Amino acid sequence: MTVCTDKTVLDQWYAIGAVAEMEAGVESHTILLEEALCYAIDGLGIPRAWRQSVGEQNPLPVQCAYGYVWTCLGEPSGDIFTIPEFFETDRRNMNAASIGVNVSAPRAIENFLDMGHFPYVHTDILGVEPHTEVKEYDVEISEKNDEILATRCRFFQPMASTASGGGADVEYVYRVPHPFCSVLYKSSPMDESRMDVIAVFLQPVDQEHIRAHMMLSVLDEANDDKTIRMFQQTIFGQDKPILENQFPKRLPLDPRAETPIRADKSAITYRRWLSRKGISYGVIPAAA
Amino acid sequence: MIKLYDYELSGNCYKLRLFMNILDVEYEPVAIDFYPGKEHKSEWFLKINPLGQLPVLNDDGFVLRDAQAILVYLASKFDRSGKWYPTDQPELLGAINQWMAFSDGITSTSSAARLHDGLFYDFDIEACRAGAHRLFRILDEHLWFEEKQGNSWLCSADHPTIADIACFPYVILSEEGGISRQDYPAIRRWTDRVKRIPGFMVMSGVFPAGPAFKQQNQEMSA
Repeated sequence: MTVCTDKTVLDQWYAIGAVAEMEAGVESHTILLEEALCYAIDGLGIPRAWRQSVGEQNPLPVQCAYGYVWTCLGEPSGDIFTIPEFFETDRRNMNAASIGVNVSAPRAIENFLDMGHFPYVHTDILGVEPHTEVKEYDVEISEKNDEILATRCRFFQPMASTASGGGADVEYVYRVPHPFCSVLYKSSPMDESRMDVIAVFLQPVDQEHIRAHMMLSVLDEANDDKTIRMFQQTIFGQDKPILENQFPKRLPLDPRAETPIRADKSAITYRRWLSRKGISYGVIPAAA
Repeated sequence: MIKLYDYELSGNCYKLRLFMNILDVEYEPVAIDFYPGKEHKSEWFLKINPLGQLPVLNDDGFVLRDAQAILVYLASKFDRSGKWYPTDQPELLGAINQWMAFSDGITSTSSAARLHDGLFYDFDIEACRAGAHRLFRILDEHLWFEEKQGNSWLCSADHPTIADIACFPYVILSEEGGISRQDYPAIRRWTDRVKRIPGFMVMSGVFPAGPAFKQQNQEMSA
C-alpha cells in the first residue's frame, strides 16, 4: 500500500513539522514519501501521526525530537540519531524554517556538505572571492554509528553567523547520520572551544521534492531568535535556486556519472554510503 | 531615519530595498518574522498595517503600506532626476501606473505560486501558474514591441521607471513557483537590463548579472 518501496528509506524516522509551529489539538497535514499524513500534538505535548487514508485509529510511530515531530512509515530501524549539544542549557535552540524545495533529498544533502559554493552563492556572508580554496579535509564513515563524519574543514568567511564581528577562518565539522539528514558544526564566534549546530532534517515529499526543516542550536547572546532565524533563511534562500536547477534532480550514484573534484570528497563518500545501503529513492542507482 | 518593515524573502519588500539602494536613500530595516512566525499577523503589527501585509514604511512618523504606493512616495521625495516617476508627463505617468497595477497581478499569481511551493500556502497552484503565464505572455509581447521601437523598459522612455522596479521581483523569482521563463525571451532580456541599473542589488534567490555582460556593455559604450 505504500508508494515508496525502498525499505531502508521507509524504515527511517523523518521530521514532518516543527512543534513551535503547531497549536495543541489542531491537525496539520503533510506528505511524506508520497503519502498524505495528518499529525497533531495535544496540550501535554504528546504527538500523534497517522495516514490520511487509514485514519487516526491506526497511528504511526511518532516522537518529538529537536523541536520537531518525527514519524516513520515502515518499521523504525533504530532511534533518531543524537545531537548531544541540543541539551546544553546555554544554547539557543530554534526551528529556523521549514521550506519546500523542488529537489531530491540527496541532492540537497550534497549541497549542504559542499563548501566550494560559499564565495559564489553566499557572497560576502559565508565566502568571498578570492578566498575560494577548499582546503584539504578528512572524511570517514564511522562504523560504530554508521554515519559520515567530515572533519578539519576550514573556510574563510566574511560573516559566519549573526554573532560574527568580521571575517575569520571558520572550522566546520559535518555529520551525515541519516540518509536525508545532516548536522553541521561550525566554530562559535562567542566561544572558541565550542561549536554552533545547524541541522537539516529533510522530509522527502516525493523523489524530487522535499520539505527542508532547519534546526539551530547556537551560542549567541547578542541577537534575538528572529535575527538568527532570518540570517539562516537568507542563506537558505540563496541555495534554493541552485538546488532547484540541479540536473538530473535525482542524485546519480554511479561514480562515472558526474566528475568530482578533490573538494567533493565528502560528496563522494556520501554517494558511496548511499550505494552501500542500497538506497534507491531520490537517486539514480549505479548500474549493477 | 526611514524604517522599512521588512522580510528578506519577500519580493515586495525587496523592490523597496532595491529602489532605496538605487536612489541611495538610507533606511533602517525592521525584520519581521513573516515565516514561520507570522509576525505580520500579530496584534502589534496589525496596528501598523491592519491588512497584515508587508512591506510598510515609516518615514519619521509618516506610515505608508503597499509596495507600489511606497515606490511612488520614495520616487517623489528622493529622486532628484525626476525620471523614475515623472509627474510632468501625463502619458508616461499613466503607463507607469498601468504597469504598477499589473505588478499586483504578478504578485497574486507568480508570488502566490512561490508561497505555495516554498512556504506551503494553501492555494490552487495550477490556477496560480496559469495566471502567471497569461501575464508573462502579455508582458513578453509588450517588451518585444517596445524593443522594436528602440525602448528597453516597460514604459516608453529612454530610462527605467518605478514600473520596472515594481514588476521585476516576482518575475525573476517565478521559477520558485514552478513558472519557467524559457518561453519569454523578451522578459529575459529585460530582467538582464534591470540587473544592470546602477545601484542594483540582489536578494536571496536573485543573482546579479554576469561580469561578462558588464564588460560587453563597457566595450559597447566605449
